[in-house]
Amino acid sequence: MVALAPHAGSPPRHPSAARRPLFRRRSAVPGFALTLGTTILILSLVVLIPVSAVVIRAAGMTPEAFAAAAFSRRALHAYYLSFGASFLAAMVNGVFGALTAWALVRYSFPGKALVNAIVDLPFALPTAVAGVSLAILYAPTGWVGGFLAPFGIKVAYNPTGVLIALIFIGLPFVVRTLEPVLRDLPIDVEEAAATLGAGRFDTIRRVIVPAILPAWLTGFALAFARAVGEYGSVIFIAGNMPFKSEIAPLLIAQELEQFDSAAASAIAVVMLGVAFLMLLLINGLQAWARRKT
Amino acid sequence: MSLTAPSAAKIGHPNIGREPLWVRVVVIGVVIAFVTLMLVLPLIAVFAQALSKGLSPFVEAIGQPDSLSAIGLTLITAAIAVPFNAAFGVIAAWAIAKHRFVGKSLLVSLIDVPFSISPVVAGLAYILVFGLQGWAGSWLIDHDIKIIFAVPGIVLATIFVTFPFVARQLIPLMQAQGVDEEEAAASLGASALKTFWRVTAPNIRWGLLYGVLLCNARAMGEFGAVSVVSGHIRGLTDTMPLHVEILYNEYDFVGAFAVAALLCLLAIVTLILKAALEAFQPEVAANAV
Repeated sequence: MVALAPHAGSPPRHPSAARRPLFRRRSAVPGFALTLGTTILILSLVVLIPVSAVVIRAAGMTPEAFAAAAFSRRALHAYYLSFGASFLAAMVNGVFGALTAWALVRYSFPGKALVNAIVDLPFALPTAVAGVSLAILYAPTGWVGGFLAPFGIKVAYNPTGVLIALIFIGLPFVVRTLEPVLRDLPIDVEEAAATLGAGRFDTIRRVIVPAILPAWLTGFALAFARAVGEYGSVIFIAGNMPFKSEIAPLLIAQELEQFDSAAASAIAVVMLGVAFLMLLLINGLQAWARRKT
Repeated sequence: MSLTAPSAAKIGHPNIGREPLWVRVVVIGVVIAFVTLMLVLPLIAVFAQALSKGLSPFVEAIGQPDSLSAIGLTLITAAIAVPFNAAFGVIAAWAIAKHRFVGKSLLVSLIDVPFSISPVVAGLAYILVFGLQGWAGSWLIDHDIKIIFAVPGIVLATIFVTFPFVARQLIPLMQAQGVDEEEAAASLGASALKTFWRVTAPNIRWGLLYGVLLCNARAMGEFGAVSVVSGHIRGLTDTMPLHVEILYNEYDFVGAFAVAALLCLLAIVTLILKAALEAFQPEVAANAV
């Protein structure tokens, strides 16, 4: 081979050989231009142009008008509730979702198939149905609300009600993000830890938790992102009192009902900004998770 | 330390890969209690409320003309939005999974945008484009076309919120399958359409069905985006989830929960079909979230 090469003495990294990976092999699969063009056209018409309309509408406002709408005391309280309740709900789901994923992957118990199927209920059940159902369950006269009322605990028509609805809506995200990672966790690492004298608790804390942390954070972020924008399941149980139990998406809907699309857009741009940051965070977390496995 | 201790632990130590019995029992108990309280109980409550006055008020509530027209509008909306997004998903997955080009990951992220946007913001976006004072507003008035506060707006809002479902199922599936079979078909002289129907379609049909199933559940159940653009005109722009809200706000609990019970049945059927697909075609569930 070396004898046949024209530059027998040159180093093995031949310039043309090094450049080679840059040349893309043209795919023999047909239809590239047509399908890519159609994809970009439909994506623009359905998603990009309407979403940019929100940003352009808000950008057309004077800074004072924008601030008055997007950062009014009422709006600030709505963000505080939306982000705070979403964070707490994601924390609750982070704990119970992790336990659920662990039980589904590691244990066998009666009714496991049923638990596995019903975990996806929040994906399949319309949010309005979840909303009215949670509202009557947690109302002071409901099955759960009536049980809690004697202890002075009010859930429905309260910020706590918002939390309950957001826990419902976010549960599958943590479970379904953790499950595949737990399933692929090599058991011999745990065996090695136990062999070296680590107790089960130490093994979980020092071996398993670090391995599943990126996936757990991804599930947490997905549940949080979903909860921030949630509307249907919340409005029935929240009571929707300004400065108390009014979420940010509801405020947008109410500005729209008064035909104030500028104010609605200003609040929406704040929500879009947070959604964009969450998207960046989730992408970063997923890249981290991929590097770990 | 003696050499025998570790190997004895490896064979017989109860701590390897397993928690003590009481821990397992507690974890399983907590999981079952949490799932029952948060997921099963709301489902039971819907049926209990719907049937609280017996079967005949339930049937009567569903037989109301407004309820029937809401069911009809929900079916029409899903019948347009789901095939549209299924076709888009197949086309987008073909371009993205079977070819190499610059900006691919950006395109995939942009397709996912509707999942990270509040449904209410989606509704607002369509009002800003098609509403009276929107970009297309005056043109639509001149041509006597009504989109916002009418059925087309409901269909468009539904298409937006369910946009990524099929594409995000098919892209990883088709990427995993590679291009060898399609290249072989093309090199043997098969046309593009023939390659798709005879080679690709049989490989992706279960993944496509899985995406369509999730897309349909969301399309029939969407509330926030549709609520903003619908105008809540009873019997005209009232989908099933919106009708639940109207009846609930009128304190017609039997009626509201009767319609809600139908939507629960839809969710239950969706979950059963999903579980069946995951059992028989495990690779389709790779991208469940």
